[in-house]
Amino acid sequence: MSSEAQEGQTSNKITCTDVTCPVCGLTCDDIEVEVDDVSVVTRNACIMGDAKFKELRSSHRITAPLINGKEAPWSDAIDKAAEIFVNAKRPFFFIGSETATEAMSVGIEIAEMLGGLVDGNATICHGPTVMAIQDVGQVGCTLGETRNRADLDIYWGANPEDSHPRHLSRHSVFQRGFFTGQGRFGRQIMVVDPRRSTTAEHADLHLQLKPGTDFEVLNALMTILNGFEPHESFTEVTGISREDIYKAADMIKDARFGVIWVGLGIASTRGKHYNASMAMRLTQLGNKYGKFVILANRGHCNVAGFNEVLAWQCGFPYAVDFSTGEPRYQPGEYSTVDVLRRGEADALFCMCADLGAHLPKRAVERMCEIPVVSIETAEGPQAFISDVVLPGVLDGMECEGTFYRMDNVPCYARSFIDPPFDFTKSNEDTLIQLRDAIKRKLAARGKTTETVEGAAETGSKATTLSEEEYVQRLDTLLSQPQS
Amino acid sequence: MERLTLTPRDVEYLVLEASVITPDAVCGKTLEEIAELPVLEGNTKWPLGRFFTITGKVADAAEDQGIIIDGDVPRVKYIGSKMTAGAVLCKGDVDMYCGAWMKGGRIRVKGNADAFAAIQMEGGDILFEGNVGDYCGASYRGDWRGMKGGNIVINGNAGVTLGEYMMGGKITVKGNVGINAGIHMGKGIGAKDPLPTIIIHGDSPGRVGAFMTRGNIYVLGTIEVMMPGFSPDGTEELEIDGVKTTFQILNGDHGEKGRGKLFVRT
Repeated sequence: MSSEAQEGQTSNKITCTDVTCPVCGLTCDDIEVEVDDVSVVTRNACIMGDAKFKELRSSHRITAPLINGKEAPWSDAIDKAAEIFVNAKRPFFFIGSETATEAMSVGIEIAEMLGGLVDGNATICHGPTVMAIQDVGQVGCTLGETRNRADLDIYWGANPEDSHPRHLSRHSVFQRGFFTGQGRFGRQIMVVDPRRSTTAEHADLHLQLKPGTDFEVLNALMTILNGFEPHESFTEVTGISREDIYKAADMIKDARFGVIWVGLGIASTRGKHYNASMAMRLTQLGNKYGKFVILANRGHCNVAGFNEVLAWQCGFPYAVDFSTGEPRYQPGEYSTVDVLRRGEADALFCMCADLGAHLPKRAVERMCEIPVVSIETAEGPQAFISDVVLPGVLDGMECEGTFYRMDNVPCYARSFIDPPFDFTKSNEDTLIQLRDAIKRKLAARGKTTETVEGAAETGSKATTLSEEEYVQRLDTLLSQPQS
Repeated sequence: MERLTLTPRDVEYLVLEASVITPDAVCGKTLEEIAELPVLEGNTKWPLGRFFTITGKVADAAEDQGIIIDGDVPRVKYIGSKMTAGAVLCKGDVDMYCGAWMKGGRIRVKGNADAFAAIQMEGGDILFEGNVGDYCGASYRGDWRGMKGGNIVINGNAGVTLGEYMMGGKITVKGNVGINAGIHMGKGIGAKDPLPTIIIHGDSPGRVGAFMTRGNIYVLGTIEVMMPGFSPDGTEELEIDGVKTTFQILNGDHGEKGRGKLFVRT
């Protein structure tokens, strides 16, 4: 911040301490922010956190609703969005992770009401790790335990130096905790990565495997821990010498409290969730020697929260279909890329995630064919292909809400500034307004059309209920537990 | 056997869930009643007759009922799912869950099948003349009890994760397979249960029999990458589909302390 601005804008300057950072899965809660009319200054935040807080005073912020790229009144945008979803046979709701769980909850409720599909950022992130938890089970712990107890940190397919910059200093390598008073000197660090990453520079042992052979290396470690010899082709296949793999096995055996931090190198390489399954089986085996846990380095601030909320509301972590009225779960069929690639969805709601910039080409091509409604804070590919853009509120800065940290611990984030518009207070508020508009339209449709689509008895004949009775009936249906 | 023919009509739809295309659902009904059977397109229910012209004869019992789908239906899911008797012939491609949870009867698909074909099958016979997608003969997502019985023959190639958590029955693939064939095979089966069997005539890129605890996998082609958890245990000459072949026997997966057997042609 320049001194000029400081002097000129002193009256509007806000200083806030203990702010929760809404960027990565670490959810750091010790950020200090100074914001005035033109600039933002942060302390304690990493380079990613600082960039996000600077969004408060960015020039590219979307501050008015857009219909087909043109500014429109808020009520028209909500009405158009509701109309799109009421007309859809297979509406798809993508709940991004840059928002609080309270908003996600309403998004899931709308998907259920309309008999649509719902998915979240986990689908292109650590979803496979979540599937592995269902497959074999996870031994986990909180970040506090790793900080205070861990004497072996294994980074598998993860490079937290770049992806979670404060990971090493706050929760693992360098942190001096209750039983880890020596900090780095009391810990062993193992990095498994095909690249010589910046994290690997800190490692006592760097297993530089060939790309895509994590599964085989994990299996070899388990084989050694079980007292067998790995197959003769092991070194040729993985590029790791026998000496190194036995050294790694000894490090696991000698650890009193070991942590495997898995990154997307596990979850998003060939084999997907089975890589994570194998890592979790290795963790279970490691518990024969000392305490061993496995934690996923979740990328976005609330990507874990989406899994928690969806599992809490309908029993499954992601990729859920409500079309029959009951939740069904199937990654590969109801997951974002598959639904779009197969052309199943006929309307898309994208909330707080720039899908247009991140999905494969065929999925984005389908997004261009169907009506898309987005909640966006900035111009980008997603806003460009959206029929309706509803301005987004920056959770944790402009409105309060709950974020789940990467170890699934909920952290409440307070707000310290108001959004730059008054038609909505938060993304949750936006979704509640959208939900009510959809309810009104469904109710009106219940009187005029032959069949009622969605959660209200799919395919039943027209009813003569009044609008009020109809909304009430929908509410009753939604509040009943799913069998 | 009475034949009922479903001819796809030229109607556009996103995707259909037609779990009613089974001998069990149509037997003993009139053609009009069959045309009224519900199919799902997303959140909307339609009558089956909207998408198919229905002709032919209906039998009183499912075992005497044959269903012929006279055309390509690459976006119709659940064909022949949960069927217990009778026969289904599809002359073109089918979508996901073809023959899923099947307990008996026969299915023949002349085209390709998409993912999740014949998952958690308990009995009956399926012949895919084309390729099948991922998770053929696997378990339903999250379940650790996969295919329990029956016989699957795939003339083409199979996708990844063939026969996941397989507990019984037999899968034969004439072509190649993706990774993870026979993954988690044999979990939860006792010493007296019949062993599950997978025969792969083609090649595999690797991870065959990962997490395997019991069962037999025969590979007549090559395995690009062998799982480190398998150890060689001699050779044996065996007769597979009438041809005598010498196999190298490997035990594993030692990562799971498994007692499965992997036979690779020498």
